[in-house]
Amino acid sequence: MTELSNTSAAVGEPTSAGTASEAFLRVRDLKVHFPTDDGLVKSVDGLTFSLEKGRTLAVVGESGSGKSVTSQAIMGLHRLGTRGKNVQMSGEIWLGGKELVSAAPDEVRKLRGREMAMIFQDPLSAMHPYYTIGNQIVEAYRVHHKVSKKVARARAIEMLDRVGIPEPGKRVDSYPHEFSGGMRQRAMIAMALVNNPELLIADEPTTALDVTVQAQILDLIRDLQKEFGSAVIMITHDLGVVAEIADDVLVMYGGRCVERGPLAEVFEKPQHPYTWGLLGSMPRIDRETSERLIPVKGSPPSLINVPSGCAFNPRCPYADLPKGNVTRTVRPELELADGGHWSACHLSTEDRTRIWTEEIAPKL
Amino acid sequence: MSETKKTDAGASVPRQASAPEDREVLLRVEGLTKHFPIKKGILQRQVAAVKAVDGIDFEVRKGETLGVVGESGCGKSTMGRVITRLQDPTGGSIHFEGRDITRLSTAKMRPLRRDIQMIFQDPYGSLNPRHTIGSIVSAPFRLQGVEPEGGVKKEVQRLLELVGLSPEHYNRYPHEFSGGQRQRIGIARALALKPKLVVADEPVSALDVSIQAQVVNLMDDLQQELGLTYVIIAHDLSVVRHVSDRVAVMYLGKMVELADSTKLYETPMHPYTKALMSAVPVPDPNRRGAKSDRILLKGDVPSPIKPPSGCRFHTRCWKATQVCKTTEPLLLELRPGQRVACHHPEGAPDQAPQDVVLLSAAREAAELVPDEVTDKAPAEPVATGSDKAPAEPAAAEEAAVTEEPAAEKAGSASDSAAAEADRQESTDQ
Repeated sequence: MTELSNTSAAVGEPTSAGTASEAFLRVRDLKVHFPTDDGLVKSVDGLTFSLEKGRTLAVVGESGSGKSVTSQAIMGLHRLGTRGKNVQMSGEIWLGGKELVSAAPDEVRKLRGREMAMIFQDPLSAMHPYYTIGNQIVEAYRVHHKVSKKVARARAIEMLDRVGIPEPGKRVDSYPHEFSGGMRQRAMIAMALVNNPELLIADEPTTALDVTVQAQILDLIRDLQKEFGSAVIMITHDLGVVAEIADDVLVMYGGRCVERGPLAEVFEKPQHPYTWGLLGSMPRIDRETSERLIPVKGSPPSLINVPSGCAFNPRCPYADLPKGNVTRTVRPELELADGGHWSACHLSTEDRTRIWTEEIAPKL
Repeated sequence: MSETKKTDAGASVPRQASAPEDREVLLRVEGLTKHFPIKKGILQRQVAAVKAVDGIDFEVRKGETLGVVGESGCGKSTMGRVITRLQDPTGGSIHFEGRDITRLSTAKMRPLRRDIQMIFQDPYGSLNPRHTIGSIVSAPFRLQGVEPEGGVKKEVQRLLELVGLSPEHYNRYPHEFSGGQRQRIGIARALALKPKLVVADEPVSALDVSIQAQVVNLMDDLQQELGLTYVIIAHDLSVVRHVSDRVAVMYLGKMVELADSTKLYETPMHPYTKALMSAVPVPDPNRRGAKSDRILLKGDVPSPIKPPSGCRFHTRCWKATQVCKTTEPLLLELRPGQRVACHHPEGAPDQAPQDVVLLSAAREAAELVPDEVTDKAPAEPVATGSDKAPAEPAAAEEAAVTEEPAAEKAGSASDSAAAEADRQESTDQ
């Protein structure tokens, strides 16, 4: 029942640059469940969003909120090899007119790398230590293009140059371990972009990097997006990075979207108590130090026993505000407010506005 | 738990109650070096050394929090392990409460271990998975032969409560806890013997933001309650700003700047500090337009095996001149409460005004530095201090960067005026 209404909400959903039917990537009521000995892990449980070309969507949330599982689902990585037997997926993922959840693995394989590519957090483990950087990029290119090795190699050098690796003609023959962390991340970006994908998913691409290198990489991703006009999904837990790079923000909690909207809306008028918690937890480099942080109490929910009602209710300071026991019994649905701003919370709009402007915002 | 208890009481932290200069020095480090030898061949002859820490001086005063920041590989963690004597220093001296502990033997060091404790980064790796929480937290009592009042078990349960865990957790194992809870266990263990100095190496970097805030608040509360002194090593500049009274910035085994937290973040003097600050993303969409302030550093940190001559930052600095290549700058107090090791600091008289010809690398680096940064006051990259920006002619600074001797002098003259004004201000207070 809940899923149904979630879906229907998504159908008539307007997006900031066109209607949902035109969006390049549309995810509708996506569910990814993993049966385990301890029970069914509902990593993603009814997620709906869309993304147009040339825009960047930041997906934010704590570890275990389902951010990475979502991106792997879009890439079709859950269905590879033996892993496919241990996952239950439902819902729809439309990528430029093709549905991926029901598509045959071979179909998805043709798209992976060409239409959609991914940058991982840890480039050292994402790259093969035994092959040179060049070989790995050449391989990625030749899978989708029938060209000679020589042509592919020239393309690899061109890409390495584009992502700012000095002496690309020489470094193309280096092994991953010979690169520094930032350089490896650049090489991985080169590999992901070698086929000019239209969707780029970056899963915590800068988390393992120092701030100075992070700034370089974010700049690079931004430039490349401008150049290639691709859609970018940026998965991160760093709200600073989000503010830096995103057009839209999607906040995930317990496998579901709790808030979604344009960047300025979500940062300036956040609607969900969890988003308030995230903003309050962040120490700010641009602020005086005297204020205490306002953490979210408790810990993230178990995805096997997701709390009934609103998944956030055990940690929510305002869970008792709505009348009746509604926060603990009924799962809130995403509702649209002004400015394309969606949120899933039982608090009334007046309460939310009051709490945000009077209680939370002054302390940030 | 504890943070909900205390949110009201400690809404503003009375951190700067007494001027930090008046406080007693707890730990003094002079000329500290730690080199790791690289050996080769059958004879295992030393062919080179990784100069992880290469001559640093600082002191930690009672009751304060000293933050140490820097990129990976700058030697900050090694420094932490050396001052707690988990590793032996190669050279220099460490004085704790006035006593030289640099060369104390393991046996002589043991009683001191009570006073110096460490909190580690990895809450998964730092707790023995085969021991119960009770045995982990009571280990310090066992090792030191201390019998706390009311028995070990009671004391451990009190400690668990203190860090926001339940006393019933006594018989559980580490795997039953989440990352944040494990970090609390590590903190309880570090606090068991009522240490005077706690060195925390990346205490929150493995935790989610919401949990990170809980642990930061907890450490804050404990400092107030128990009068702890912290050395907090972290790469997250926002966290360090939040917790520290003073902050030290390290680059390739050297301390390049050491200053009061507010001064360092609002008016950084060392170009590296400035670049580091400007790179931190700020969670404020309105600041996106101000992104032009960002200083992109060229390339990577050089190898600590063969660090660059002179000032180690000269290979990436946009202000580097010949003197930076040949002479190592000393860490000098160029403004009250702000020590910096740079020949051409921001917002202070130039230390080598005669040397104005930029190195070729510096010219390349300068291209990556937006004009807004070079001509605006040093306060800019961190945004808050814009009102405190010293009033100096913007054009003069910019001209100085494009190597014109006359303008350089004009720039430094106005700089020194600004510094003078600063000094005036602080004496007034």
